[in-house]
Amino acid sequence: MIEAENVHYSYPSKVEALKGVSLTVKDGEFVAIMGQNGAGKSTFVKHFNGLLKPTVGTMKIDGVATTQSSVAALARNVGFVFQNPDHQLFSETVEEEIGFALKNFGFDSKVVEERVTWALELLSIAQYRKTSPFLLSGGERKRVALASVLAWDPKTLILDEPTIGQDHEQKERLRQFIMQLQSQKKTIVAVTHDVEFVAECNPRVVLMKDGKIVADGVGREILTDPAMLELSSIVLPQVAQVFTKLSSLGLPKDVIDLYEAKALLLKTKARLGR
Amino acid sequence: MALIEIKNLSYTYPGASNPSIHDVSLKIEKGEFVLITGPSGCGKTTLCRCFNGLVPHFYQGEIKGEVTVSGINVLEKHTYDMAKHVGLVFQNPENQLFALSIEKDVAFGLENLGASREEMRKKVDWTLKQTGIYDIRERSPHEISGGQQQRVAIASVLAMEPDIIVLDEPTSFLDPLSAEKIFEVIYRLNKEQGITVILVEHRLDLTAKYTDHLIVMDKGAIRLEGDPRDILSNEETRLIGVGIPKATLLYQMLKKEGFNLGDKTPLSSDELADQLLEAYGQR
Amino acid sequence: MSVFDGLKFRKVSSPIHNLDPRIKFVYVICIFVAAIMFKSIIPLAALFVMQLPFVFVAKVQKQWLRSMRGAAFLAAFIFIINIVTRFFSAGYVFTAFDIEEATAMTLRFIVLVESFSVFFLTTSPDHLGLALEQSKVPFEFAFAFTTAVRFVPVLAEEAQTIMDAQKARGLELEKGNLMKRIRNYIPVLIPLIVSAIRRSLELAEAMESRAWGACKKRTNLYALKLHRGDYILLALIIVILVAASYFFVFVSIPTVASFFGL
Repeated sequence: MIEAENVHYSYPSKVEALKGVSLTVKDGEFVAIMGQNGAGKSTFVKHFNGLLKPTVGTMKIDGVATTQSSVAALARNVGFVFQNPDHQLFSETVEEEIGFALKNFGFDSKVVEERVTWALELLSIAQYRKTSPFLLSGGERKRVALASVLAWDPKTLILDEPTIGQDHEQKERLRQFIMQLQSQKKTIVAVTHDVEFVAECNPRVVLMKDGKIVADGVGREILTDPAMLELSSIVLPQVAQVFTKLSSLGLPKDVIDLYEAKALLLKTKARLGR
Repeated sequence: MALIEIKNLSYTYPGASNPSIHDVSLKIEKGEFVLITGPSGCGKTTLCRCFNGLVPHFYQGEIKGEVTVSGINVLEKHTYDMAKHVGLVFQNPENQLFALSIEKDVAFGLENLGASREEMRKKVDWTLKQTGIYDIRERSPHEISGGQQQRVAIASVLAMEPDIIVLDEPTSFLDPLSAEKIFEVIYRLNKEQGITVILVEHRLDLTAKYTDHLIVMDKGAIRLEGDPRDILSNEETRLIGVGIPKATLLYQMLKKEGFNLGDKTPLSSDELADQLLEAYGQR
Repeated sequence: MSVFDGLKFRKVSSPIHNLDPRIKFVYVICIFVAAIMFKSIIPLAALFVMQLPFVFVAKVQKQWLRSMRGAAFLAAFIFIINIVTRFFSAGYVFTAFDIEEATAMTLRFIVLVESFSVFFLTTSPDHLGLALEQSKVPFEFAFAFTTAVRFVPVLAEEAQTIMDAQKARGLELEKGNLMKRIRNYIPVLIPLIVSAIRRSLELAEAMESRAWGACKKRTNLYALKLHRGDYILLALIIVILVAASYFFVFVSIPTVASFFGL
């Protein structure tokens, strides 16, 4: 469980990036944190594994304040996958890269071996085990980075802009992977402004602006509120755009799912007898 | 003759075993808005770099075939000779701005070309206004947002008055609203100034509506090419792994259920909404 | 937003900031020469005081004080060394004159630091780059300078991100003995170097695409032109040099001690 209570954070340059953020994420929840660049999303999630500690307020992970613990200890339960895989890849082989954290956490070599194999297979990159991560394509590097965090099987996973630079297939694979993790009762927090991706996954959506949370609720509610989205430099998902324009027909506006859209439109056709 | 003509182009990066582009032939006419899409690693980025000669001059490697742009044989000219004809805008705005003020960045190309100060002033101001960054022209690149930075990058190639602007996933680091604003700037340049645009993008949701010439690449080759409405309703496009805009998908799903909205495949939510309103007799 | 915001260059404007950097540099040299000419307190103190208006007009008092505080340690060191060597070389005696000269030497050092700090505190990097471009320095050099100013904060920020990413994977930078600690930085250094190389390639591509090297005679959007302020400063420089030379040659400068009849 992640509990933020009135969290303020100021950088040493005195810029206040968080201005009193309170949020509770329960175990097994999937939350998307959305908002404009500079809204404080990244600053906020860096509190979840203690990379940043609140200037004012408290941040608790499973009931323990992050100020009481080191990043290394917090990271055991909270895995953080950074946006750009190139910011963490450094090993000679993919295998060593994935084993890096396990060794830091002091697993013995047999367990490291097992976990590495498990993670490689989980993300279907087993064929690259002995390859240098620098020779892989962008999408593959991203998967290595993800595997290197999943390897120690953290309870909570933070994904910073996981869809940036990803093509359609890669996004689809990521979505399925997130669903798989969710079925294993993992807590997932994704920072993103990919509105179509969020509409497809339909998680709980938290909207941030200027260091504060301005909205918190289910995706279909928040992603279909044009005023709210405008505030955060996000555009309506395309399905919602269609329904906004059809409002004169008495159709609901809060539709983000393609199949629901199809059913509604067919029903309307029958209703209007055309 | 077409503005861009590529004939049987194949290219292999130095040290690579397989070609990144394989037997590509392509014609682009003046004033077109071309959209190139395809899965990661399909060769679209490499193709972009052929238009101004970065491939092969900067990257070296092995090249076969012909590339003619504005009547110039690109393979025989330096990249700097092509700058007046082709402007290339890259993905990451951060690595394209190197001056300490925005207008100085915009002038960088003209300075290299040896333009006179009066001419430069005129072109820089015009370009800044075209891209909507005139008011922030004296700021440093650290002081502006990613979306503004990318507009500076566009302005800095536009200042050289190229016939063609090539943009390689220019908005992938931006939030959706800033992305939309960038696309609108590009679209306006295309429509009002007649500049030929070649845009590389994954996200057809945001861009399909602007294009009149869609190219789908896969594994280093052009697989489909032509009218976006035809291509996006083609099953093969989906199989290659291109993300079809939701509005287009919805249209197809309804069609499958026997709800026919007409022959025109919609490319945007506006188009689909209009077609629906018409079908429901609300217009 | 980050820890490194302070490194990022921002435009500041003041009558002093707006002066031509080349003239300002000549001024620094002039103060330098004048300070070297004299070995007594009064003229050096005059040189010190003369620069204060620059600091206040440019509103850089805080930064200036900080740089002066930084120099204080070295100044104290110079003073002590001076006193000690005088004490020994004069045969273990110690006069008011010795203290006076030691103070003057220290003051000379402070004046030099002061003039350089005024120059760097009031000359923004873009101005400096421009001055380099428009003097006889090859353009590549000037370009390297401005690019460095542009990218140092970017790289510093990137280093921070990489450290965060590795810490999130359980890396503890402060753990172990010295050798181990140095080794701890490998997972930070490698991604940083790889990324810097990638960045420079992208930068090179962008430059090539913007006609880098197209013609021998590069032009410049900005012209550094001398304004009224620059002429005033130039006049001031000449006055200082003439006055300094005059005093140096014709006037025997009284010591401070002489005022007290020592």
